This record gives sequence, structure tokens and C-alpha cells, in this order.
Amino acid sequence: MSTYHETVVLQGHIIDSLILAKVLDRIVMMGGTFDLQDVNIGKTREQSSSARIVIRAASKAFLDEILNAIQPHGALIERGTDCRTELVPDDGILPDTFYATTHLPTQIRIAGRWLDVDRIEMDLAIVVNEEGSAAHAIPMGDVRRGDRVIVGREGIRVIPLQRPHERDVFGFMESQVSAERPHGHIIADIATRMRQLRERHRQGQTDAKVLLAGGPAIIHAGGRDALTWLIEQGFIHILFCGNALAAHDMEADLYGTSLGYKLTGGQPLPHGHEHHLRTINRIRTIGSIEAAVHSGVVKQGIMAACVRQTVPVVMAGTIRDDGPLPGVITDSVHAQQAMRALIPGVGLALLVASTLHSIATGNLLPATIPTVCVDINPSVPTKLADRGSFQAVGLVMDAGSFLTEVGRTLGRLV
Amino acid sequence: MSRLLVCPPDFFGIEYEINPWMRLSNRVDHERAASQWQTLMGIFEQDLGIVLERMVPIPGLPDLVFTANAGLVVGHTAVVSHFRYPERQREEAHFEHWFRQQGYEVMTVEAGLHFEGAGDLLGFSDTWFGGYRQRSDIGMYPILSERFQREIIPLELIDGRFYHLDTCLCPLSGGELLYFPAAFDHDGREVLAARIPTERHLVVPEHEALKFACNAVCVEKHVVLPAGCPTTEGLLQERGYDTHAVQLDEFMKSGGSAKCLTLALD
Repeated sequence: MSTYHETVVLQGHIIDSLILAKVLDRIVMMGGTFDLQDVNIGKTREQSSSARIVIRAASKAFLDEILNAIQPHGALIERGTDCRTELVPDDGILPDTFYATTHLPTQIRIAGRWLDVDRIEMDLAIVVNEEGSAAHAIPMGDVRRGDRVIVGREGIRVIPLQRPHERDVFGFMESQVSAERPHGHIIADIATRMRQLRERHRQGQTDAKVLLAGGPAIIHAGGRDALTWLIEQGFIHILFCGNALAAHDMEADLYGTSLGYKLTGGQPLPHGHEHHLRTINRIRTIGSIEAAVHSGVVKQGIMAACVRQTVPVVMAGTIRDDGPLPGVITDSVHAQQAMRALIPGVGLALLVASTLHSIATGNLLPATIPTVCVDINPSVPTKLADRGSFQAVGLVMDAGSFLTEVGRTLGRLV
Repeated sequence: MSRLLVCPPDFFGIEYEINPWMRLSNRVDHERAASQWQTLMGIFEQDLGIVLERMVPIPGLPDLVFTANAGLVVGHTAVVSHFRYPERQREEAHFEHWFRQQGYEVMTVEAGLHFEGAGDLLGFSDTWFGGYRQRSDIGMYPILSERFQREIIPLELIDGRFYHLDTCLCPLSGGELLYFPAAFDHDGREVLAARIPTERHLVVPEHEALKFACNAVCVEKHVVLPAGCPTTEGLLQERGYDTHAVQLDEFMKSGGSAKCLTLALD
């Protein structure tokens, strides 16, 4: 966390006396920011009011100065309690009252000190090390007998997102979804972020990766060339997809079709529906996508670009998959683990044309990561937001147009 | 108000410096102080018909004379002060003893908080004002508000010379407010303006505020205040108050005047 914060409580006739206003003024004047929480206004003149204020400052010293300045006006540092822990009774079993995480930055209090929870993600538990010096979010299935897990709600604080400094589409932090909204400025903002992130990634910064999770509609809708270009140009650093995106991408390379339809002319070819099966079989014969690319069997496309650019790819299988291709993880819990392992370092997530992979990825992302969900079907970004990924910017548009437009904005000649 | 707690100035003097008025080099003329105090008491008893309860003075406690800081009396409850400075903390036990002897239900101040009684908490029947920052802690007011079911508006005191609220503000029986605005910050002045219509503000000029014109005792239409404050007296008389000016300059050497020398009991 880059900011330091402390919660104070103010009580009494704090409204009419302007004491609350005075305290908030001081905080801002001294360079801090605040979140006003739980303001209870007295119902009668005699009844006092109260307010909980979370104060943030850029350094511990600034925070202390602010606290010293407001304490004489009655602001008391909230003396919360430590969090409670219980031991995990058995592998993969959480204690009954385990704390379920949100995907917002979270801290827990141990022995009077607040500790950041690492690898935060929604709907997980929090495990603490034996010394009480580190904590991280953990999926239910990953806990082991004897792990110390947080229970109850005391000593836990969830920190609302700060409005980012950038005044772009991500600054609004809203997932209002509408096909009627103009797309141009959103795509321009996404492209700007991607350009900045590529620069930072090239400088070796560890939080500048762009993740794309996509579905096969990218190929059908004509987004393949643009995505290939984005990968080749170093704009995409991680790819999450399923069997289908990879199969149709390589089908396009081997047969010039996507699910049997000629990509250039659009007409179905005789026995074209077999193309993706023959593609999958071909790759299975070779043994891996990497080997197919290195041996020159697969020459162009998204998968070839990923292999050449050493972009890690997680292919998560589904129940309807053909084949599947070598490398597809058919155990969905293992697939989730493989995806989770690649989340640290992501600075932008693009979820394109896939309900399944978009929501699965959204579930793994902390709220602090700028996220875009692009789908021709408005219910996908809506569903993503309904499932808690409120930070995702929804874009109702065709995947091909989106990727082509992003590529064009970033300098691809079409 | 029919009864006031007072303490004869037998041992009054300047033995330490805990406010900007006190100078150890500034000797108190005991005879003069005693005579000034007697004059003040005469006005209370003879002119205003007030019953005076006299505490027994104690050697070594020179400020026991300032009974306004004994505590706060509301009905049968007495909140005993807990002074900010150790020099005056020694008075606490004596005030507590007196309240207990008189049968008051005694409430003490929570650990870690300071409260200097009616010196910092005064007001009208429905709204009280609580001075803070100099002597009393703001944290006392929610506790007292809850206990006595009264609205208490905290007011920050920003000038060390006006270290208790009763040195710069005096609510009058007719609803007017006698006060010195510069002792409060902008917020405090705004709050007072919002609470009391400006036509009821009696603004004391600085040179008279520095003579503690606001450290006055108001009993019905009578106001007892230190001598040498003609403008303030004029303001009061315009509103129909009878003013009683008393020379109290010996007590000003300690930073106290008429109001500081009394505690309203009921």
C-alpha cells in the first residue's frame, strides 16, 4: 500500500459546532484525504452525533502530524481489536466462521499492527503465517490442516478504492454498460494505457503486464490479425483462453478457415467443419503448440506470436472441448491455479468476447487492476459487474472491431 | 440562582505561573484582596440577596478562591474538576470533600481527560457551551451531554489570555451573549452567530476584555463585573441590566475576576 491510514472517531455535538468541518478541513489542509464513514446524526438537539473518519496520508510522518493536529478537537484513534484466527480443521476445509474476502485492498490487525493481505482476490479466505507477520488470500481448496485462517469480522479493514490520478475512462471506476455510449474515447484511453504499460514493461517494471482473456469470437469476428500484431509488438504479456481460441487460430493458419468458414470470403468450405478437428489432431500428433510453431507447421497467428514472444498462455478446458489441444488444462481447479499464478504484475486486463473466461478472470483480479470487458452481448459485462468486478469498464462491441481499432490506434497499418 | 459557592482569599497569592497573567514577581496585596473580595460578597448578599456558601480556605492552595473551577453543579449532581496543571490538582480533593459533605452526588472525570468545571462550561438553559483546547478537553463534553441530556457546543479557545470560557463569554439571563469574539476562531464565531441572533450579541471591546469584562456574574437583571469597563456597562444598561462594578484588580494578577470567584450551586 502506498498510503498510510488510521481510523478516528469523533463524537459529541460535532455538526452544529462545526467541529466535524474543522477536523475534515485540517486533514485536507495538511495534505491528507479522508473517507467519512458511519455518520450518525443525533435525532434530537440533546443527542450527540458521531462520525468515523478514515484518514490517509502519503507517509507515516504526515499521518502522525494530522493525528496530532486533530486529536485536540476530539478525534480519537479507533482502538479496534486484533483479528481472530482459527486453525484449519482439515485439508480444504475452512472453519465455519471464516472471513470471506472482497477483491478490495484489505488489512488485518495482529498484535495492534495493521498488515496488508497479499494476493487479494474475491471470495477467498485469509491465511496468516505462524509469526503473524504476513497474510495472503487463499482459495478454500488450498488450505491445509493446521493453517491459521482469519475468522469473524473484527480486526479487518477493507479499503475503498482511491480515485486514480489518471483522468481517463478508468478514473470513473464504473461499469455502466451501454451499446449507445461512444467507444472512441474508451479505446483511445485503453491504447494510451497499453502504450505506457509496454514502456514500463520494457523498463523491467514488475506491475506493467497486460493480460488478455479471450474467446474464439476473436477469430470468427476478424480480430485475429490485430491481436497477433498486438502480441508481436509487445503490447500483450499474458493470454488466457480456452481450447477453441487456440484451435481456430491455428485452423486459420493451416486451412484459412475458422470453424470451417473461409476467413477471407466467408463461404463455408466442403467438410470445413472438420478443419478444427484436423488441426487439433495435427497438434496432438506433434505433441505441443510450441513444437508446432518451432517446426514451422504453424507459421502465423495468435498462438505462433505467443510462442515467439514467450507470452505465457493458460488454456483452460471446458466440458464441450474437442481434443483438447496439448497444453489445455482440463482440471478446472488446476486451470484456476495456473491463471491465479499469473495475476501478480498485471496492470491492465482486457476481457474480450468470452463469458466464461471473462468472468473466471474477473474473479481472480483485485479491484485495483484496471479492467475492460468487451463483448457484443451486453449481458457479459453486466454479469461481470453483478458478480462483483465493479471496476471493469464495459464495452459493448464486436471483438474484431475492438482489436482492430486498438491496433490502429497503437500504429498498426490496416 | 440563589446560592453561590465562594472561598475567602485568606491564602490567595501568586505561588506559580500557569497562565499569561500570573507573574511570581507580581505580589498580591493581601489586605486589598481581602477587601475587594468582601465588597464583592457584600454586593451578592446585600444587593442581590444571594446565599453564599463559604468554603474553608486551605494554606498552600492559593487558587482555591476561584471556586468556578471546583466543578459543575447540575441539580443534585456535582462533577468535580480534574485540572490540567498539577498545581491546581491539589484542590480537587477539597472540592470533592465539600460536595460530598453537602450531599451532592459526585461524578468524577474519566482518566486521561481534563475538565475545569463551570470555568469552561456555561450557557443557557437548553444549550451549553464548552470551552476547550486551553484547559478542558473536548472529550468531556459528549460525556456530560449524555449525562445531563443537554446540547453542549464545544468552542475552541485560541488565545492563551482567555484560557477559560468564562474569561471571554458570559450568557445573560435575557438570552443575550456578552463576549469577546477574538478569543474564538472563525468557526467558533460562526457557531455563536448561528446560535444567537446577532442583535443579541454584546461585543466587548478588547481593552475591556483584557480587564475580564466578560468574567461577569449575571443574576436576573443584575450583572456584577470588574470595574474599569464602562463600554461593557453601557452595553448592558442599554439592554436593561443593572451593572455592579467591583474593583478586583488584585485577583486579575492571577487571571481571575468576579465570575471566577463564584460557583453557581442551583
